[in-house]
Amino acid sequence: MNFQSAGYQLLPVLPELVLAVGAMLLLVLGAYRGEGTTRAITWLSIALLVVTGVLELMLPAGKLTTFGGSFIVDDFARFLKILALIGSAATLILSAEFLSTPSGRIFEYAILVLLSTLGMMVLISAGDLIMLYLGLELMSLALYVVAASNRDNAKSTEAGLKYFVLGALSSGMLLYGASLIYGFTGTVGFAGIAAAVKTGSTGIVFGLVFLLAGLCFKVSAVPFHMWTPDVYEGAPTPVTAFFASAPKVAALAVFTRVTLTAFPGIVPQWQQILVFVSIASMALGAFAAIGQTNIKRLMAYSSIGHMGFALVGLASGTVEGAQGVLVYIAIYVAMTLGSFAIILAMKRNGQAVEEIKDFAGLSRTNPLLAFFFAMLLFSLAGIPPLAGFFAKWYVFVAAIKAGLFTLAVVGVLTSVVGAFYYLSIIKVMYFDEPAGKLDPVRVELRTVVAVAGLFNIFFFIYPGPLVSVATAAAKSLF
Amino acid sequence: MTTWPILSVVTFLPVVGALLIYLIRGEDEAAARNARWIALWTTLVTFAVSLILVWRFDASSADFQFVEKTSWLATGITYHMGVDGISLPFVILTTALMPFCIIASWKSITNRVREYMMAFLFLETLMVGTFSALDLVLFYLFFEGGLIPMFLIIGVWGGPRRVYASFKFFLYTLLGSVLMLLAIMALYWNAGTTDIPTLMRTAVPRGMQTWAWLAFFASFAVKMPMWPVHTWLPDAHVEAPTAGSVILAAILLKMGGYGFLRFSLPMFPLASHDFAPLIFTLSVIAIVYTSLVALMQEDVKKLIAYSSVAHMGFVTMGIFAGTMQGVAGGVFQMISHGIVSGALFLCVGIVYDRMHTREIAAYGGLVNRMPLYAFVFMVFTMANVGLPGTSGFVGEFMVLLGTFKVSIPTAFFATFGVILSAAYALWLYRKVVFGAMTKPSLASIKDLTFREGLTLFPLVALTILFGVYPKPVLDMSAASVQQLVNNYNTAVTAVKAAALLH
Repeated sequence: MNFQSAGYQLLPVLPELVLAVGAMLLLVLGAYRGEGTTRAITWLSIALLVVTGVLELMLPAGKLTTFGGSFIVDDFARFLKILALIGSAATLILSAEFLSTPSGRIFEYAILVLLSTLGMMVLISAGDLIMLYLGLELMSLALYVVAASNRDNAKSTEAGLKYFVLGALSSGMLLYGASLIYGFTGTVGFAGIAAAVKTGSTGIVFGLVFLLAGLCFKVSAVPFHMWTPDVYEGAPTPVTAFFASAPKVAALAVFTRVTLTAFPGIVPQWQQILVFVSIASMALGAFAAIGQTNIKRLMAYSSIGHMGFALVGLASGTVEGAQGVLVYIAIYVAMTLGSFAIILAMKRNGQAVEEIKDFAGLSRTNPLLAFFFAMLLFSLAGIPPLAGFFAKWYVFVAAIKAGLFTLAVVGVLTSVVGAFYYLSIIKVMYFDEPAGKLDPVRVELRTVVAVAGLFNIFFFIYPGPLVSVATAAAKSLF
Repeated sequence: MTTWPILSVVTFLPVVGALLIYLIRGEDEAAARNARWIALWTTLVTFAVSLILVWRFDASSADFQFVEKTSWLATGITYHMGVDGISLPFVILTTALMPFCIIASWKSITNRVREYMMAFLFLETLMVGTFSALDLVLFYLFFEGGLIPMFLIIGVWGGPRRVYASFKFFLYTLLGSVLMLLAIMALYWNAGTTDIPTLMRTAVPRGMQTWAWLAFFASFAVKMPMWPVHTWLPDAHVEAPTAGSVILAAILLKMGGYGFLRFSLPMFPLASHDFAPLIFTLSVIAIVYTSLVALMQEDVKKLIAYSSVAHMGFVTMGIFAGTMQGVAGGVFQMISHGIVSGALFLCVGIVYDRMHTREIAAYGGLVNRMPLYAFVFMVFTMANVGLPGTSGFVGEFMVLLGTFKVSIPTAFFATFGVILSAAYALWLYRKVVFGAMTKPSLASIKDLTFREGLTLFPLVALTILFGVYPKPVLDMSAASVQQLVNNYNTAVTAVKAAALLH
């Protein structure tokens, strides 16, 4: 194989190739050896994700492109790919228990996660609209199936179907937008579009709106959020953890890359869309979560709100904004994985419990778990000195610099409303009487909780590395 | 001069104590006892170390001292600590009151003692950090971080309506503070840094001053608390455990006043001057209105809480008078109120531990069986009224003096507050302590124990000492206050002169 032939070097896609081939080999292994291999395939998949990550880091530094510029590996892509890989690997670790139950003994699960991750990596590196669509569909199709992976459960099936129908609709909108943009600019490459789009003609803006609508669906931003609560609640909990972490990374990545590299000439046009979307997401995420009694539904609204906050950074359309988005999503992934690990740990007599009232008195029965959850919730609410505060700091500081004062004021005010429901969970854990003991928590869940929790608590001591990597990644877009 | 980071040691020593408490294991009773002793020794050692600060502090200089600076978040956002004459008294007040809080909780807290002590020690770190941070982001970190332990202290160990009170406390304070956060960001882009000494020297454009002042005001007015955003305070005070009330009244409220002194006045002098009438109006309303409200209370803690709001009205009035006497009086009043209101809450806690009620009507004639208590309570009541010879008098007198130079009507109306405070405080004292002991439930009530005496008598001594000899506190802050007032006046006169030219 010649890695060096001009224009079609394969070196930049080496990690993706390894991941794709590895996933297929595992699929063959599973198909021949049956469901007994579920456990082995899951751990091999985690190993494969680690190998992919290492390869990604070993690629030559600087900006690499291939396939005629439609596949880009820059600092931005590296940062987000590593994050997506961490998210996927952590989800597979969290899924270990689900996969050992009778209804969850499906070896395809891990392979679907791998393929979805492959889609994310393509999406993150996409340099034109075709590659974007390819990555998006590979990611989404695998996600539709894993959502319904609890085959005998009506809610899980419903979640998968609902996600599929709405996802297909949004893909349609995205494609329609992409075709309009192609029609008006004569190119699908982001660099070419950027060169062609200097002023916002009606046709371009029309196409852009459809494109952004499709992307908003993937990050579950208002008004394209309707699927989120149902899918989050219906899907098996480890799958929900997956939905809330890695795909969000990829979707935000492509959101950022499309707006900043393909349409830097018409910032005011897409800025107003993003301002509206992020205000609506933050507000809905904050207010709609208050009435929830199911913790997974609550996390769904919480993630809608958090996507709104991340989009605040993007709305500013500056390098600081991109940096804010990157810091935000990294911290968000850590907080989300930690929270879902705790939700997964909530089991009584072998039955998973997911009502908020089931957390009652957790601080007495399981003090350490309750402490970590409380810290994660304070962090999600953005209270210093926890990591979530710094996430909000970076997006809002970008918005202030860009002069988006209304957005910033509305944003911080909704974060106060949001604090209310996070506090309500802490109240249940700390102020209420215990509701009975939990089953012993599995070691892999404890590990994820501890890693995410400690990262979240001690981030403030040494924030330098993450921030400087995010800065470098953001600069590579400009 | 200093070779070791003394300020960081004072700030983070309590966290070390909290970690030690976390590490202790064993039976419930033994673990609780160890937790209490570790907490007590940690706070005592912290206090001892903080005295080194006083020892080495150069009161003749207005500069920040014991400065530590390390890179942290970004180029303009550093880990920068230091104290001057305005912040040092608050640092000492915090470290000095913490041991009292621990002793006051010795017997009254019986469940989850380890967590309680850890929460208090974390809170101490955050409070000391708030007063010694010299970077706005660092300040915000400590300032807001304090909400977490206080929320848990009120919510876990509080009274019957603790959930309502803790939520109200948390959300009210957060709502004010997030707006300040945005102003901090705006200042960051204006000056390229959040370093407080640098920002004090950076001129902020007039329009931005107004908005930033309002945003900071939103935060500090809630924290202070000023009328009409004071309503969280009575609830939080009533529901919090005794030591929580002490910390709330003595230290957390002072963060608002400290914020006005540290940020509003030096960084936004023009806006401060423009908004001074607003502050005067709100302060006078706070002084008169909340004093009247205090007269109507049936709950001892609520009465003291409303009296705190009134006394904080004097502080804001003095600070924004912008005169030497007003500002120095404001600082002194805050320190004095820290001691006196803390002590009053300790006094309430003592009878509450015995009778488990805070209804004023449930008491009466305590002097017959509790002479020592009656004496101590009287000293603090008099200090709360502002009787000459107690520390309460010095602060209020200086504030009124300073305000008189700027706005005679404000000073005139605020003086009514002194009369009203005498009315409600003496009324409370008469109802609780004097009269015949007619209630059978009180018949077997015991006087102060040794432990309770230990918490109160040092505070009695301080109240009287600062009443007759306020020099130590005033001298410590004089140079910094002088510089603050000079800079403020220079900025305001410059603008007035420019306005005359046009």
